[in-house]
Amino acid sequence: MHPILRTILQRLGLGVVTLFVVSVIIFSSIQFLPGDFAQAILGQAALEETVAAFRKELGLDLPAWQRYLQWIGGVVQGDFGTSFSGRDASGVDRSRAVVDLIAPRLENTLFLALMAAIISVPIALILGVTAALYRNSIYDRTVNSLTLISISMPEFFVAYILILFFASLNKVFPTLANISPDVELGERIYRTALPAMTLTLVIVAHMMRMTRAAIINLLASPYIEMAELKGVSRATIILRHALPNAWAPIVNVIAFNLAYLVVGVVVVEVVFVYPGVGQLMVDAVTTRDMPVVQGCALIFAATYILLNLSADIVSIISNPRLLHPR
Amino acid sequence: MSNSKPGYTATSEVSRVRAKRTLWENIIRGLRSAPPTALFGMLVITAYVVIAIFAPLIAPYGESEVFPIPYAPWSDEFLFGTDQLGRDVFTRLVYGARNTIGIAIMTTILAFTIGGGLGLVAAINQKWLDQFLSRFVDVLMAIPSLIFALMLLSIFGSSILNIILIIAVLDSTRVFRLTRAVALNVVVMDYVEAARLRGEKLGWIIRREILPNIMPTLVAEFGLRFSFVFLTIAALSFLGLGIQPPTADWGSMVRENAGLIQFAEYDITAALTPLLPAGAIALLTVAVNFVVDWFLHKTSGLRDE
Repeated sequence: MHPILRTILQRLGLGVVTLFVVSVIIFSSIQFLPGDFAQAILGQAALEETVAAFRKELGLDLPAWQRYLQWIGGVVQGDFGTSFSGRDASGVDRSRAVVDLIAPRLENTLFLALMAAIISVPIALILGVTAALYRNSIYDRTVNSLTLISISMPEFFVAYILILFFASLNKVFPTLANISPDVELGERIYRTALPAMTLTLVIVAHMMRMTRAAIINLLASPYIEMAELKGVSRATIILRHALPNAWAPIVNVIAFNLAYLVVGVVVVEVVFVYPGVGQLMVDAVTTRDMPVVQGCALIFAATYILLNLSADIVSIISNPRLLHPR
Repeated sequence: MSNSKPGYTATSEVSRVRAKRTLWENIIRGLRSAPPTALFGMLVITAYVVIAIFAPLIAPYGESEVFPIPYAPWSDEFLFGTDQLGRDVFTRLVYGARNTIGIAIMTTILAFTIGGGLGLVAAINQKWLDQFLSRFVDVLMAIPSLIFALMLLSIFGSSILNIILIIAVLDSTRVFRLTRAVALNVVVMDYVEAARLRGEKLGWIIRREILPNIMPTLVAEFGLRFSFVFLTIAALSFLGLGIQPPTADWGSMVRENAGLIQFAEYDITAALTPLLPAGAIALLTVAVNFVVDWFLHKTSGLRDE
């Protein structure tokens, strides 16, 4: 077998194992809930039979591993269980399936993340490469300080400053990103502009700094020095000699930051009341709606792991030393 | 030479006893060479610490003293107005410094005690314990920490103690990795081997041989971790899941007064009220990052050039 294929298969296997362990952790979290939460959720006035039925539905009469198998079996088939909210002491069940809650919101979250990624990746790469090119110039220092500042700011600060200038003082964009499925694409982009800009500002800074570091790291290697001594121009050195070798770290940087986006969306969604998975999760945490919390956590964790995994694989593939083994 | 005094000889200059620089002189020298950004950062951090320590003296009113006018405008009586319940915003800002920074510092120290301690032990042990801890940390780090924190908070409920414990444990994973990585480089050194052969105890080896050599990296990491923890706690409070009222805290202050931003065109000061605590958070993390940046540049070859 080609060694590179073996490495990739190893990484994939490791990814599957990680996903499995993470799902066990997320599942077992519900075990730590204090007391009898069937009673707590249904309220003091709940009938004895209602509580017993709810306990049975949660599977509290089964051992933990059986419950895990049931849960993970459902998840694989797209069934995350039913939400706790909408339950009533009288036994009337108006609760909704978790998957119905998550599915439309997941689409919105992915749309927002994709939009932020499309804007931020090119900007960050251009800024990073040019900063490495004009290293130690005033341009480099300014970009560096600005990005350091923007990294250090909490997302909600950036968001509210943008709201202040673009929504409150000048009414360019709407404050609330009110998205529903029937909104057209153009209108949708317009309404998502401010949250996407917030995410972009935070992400660009990270990506730019890491791109710059990756390229400068390469500039210290002997073959670059050789090219320099030959009298090759700076731009050619960066574009012809450094950049091809920098692709692997840069792709890693991009994937890492896309994974960071996954977490960043939570706060930004709450600021702009954007109907995404992050907001759903925060609401569920407030009301202790465990099936929804578990579903959201699993989706976030899986996305995060998959992005990191694909970054790993791309950097293996783009490494010439691994592609052509001796 | 114009500055040579009468009676000056080269021999006297060379044979003069060289006094070792005192700590104070070293600090002054270090500060002189610091770039303006680092000086700015240190100034800001000092100011925050002073405000946090002397909060009751600086604040004009009590932490949760309620006045009958909610959302009062900025005035001499209420410097930055009052919030939705009629509490003085300036007072809450001052007390917020104490609570928010205090909790973040405690969390970071706890994270370093857990992560640093286990990291050192793993680096020295290098057997099954190292394997076990490293794999465990790998799994914990596979879940985004804010998501993990949210999930744990929904189980255990949000109290200050829970926040400190949860975030410290989640953050100690990163400290563990770093400590283990840098300590591994030191453990293989000959002087550690020599100390071992000399029959020194584990505690001595950690304290006298390894720690001094990895301290600069850990100190820089402490700064970075602190600002990360600080931002995480602020984000959780902003989401309404962190520090609970009536404790004054910057993250929840932003959340409580966020609605005021809509009135920017009528009264710009009202719109600035929610931005003040958010700005206070941003300023402190920017300051810490500036100082850490300079410190890293000074103590190691981690930076480029």
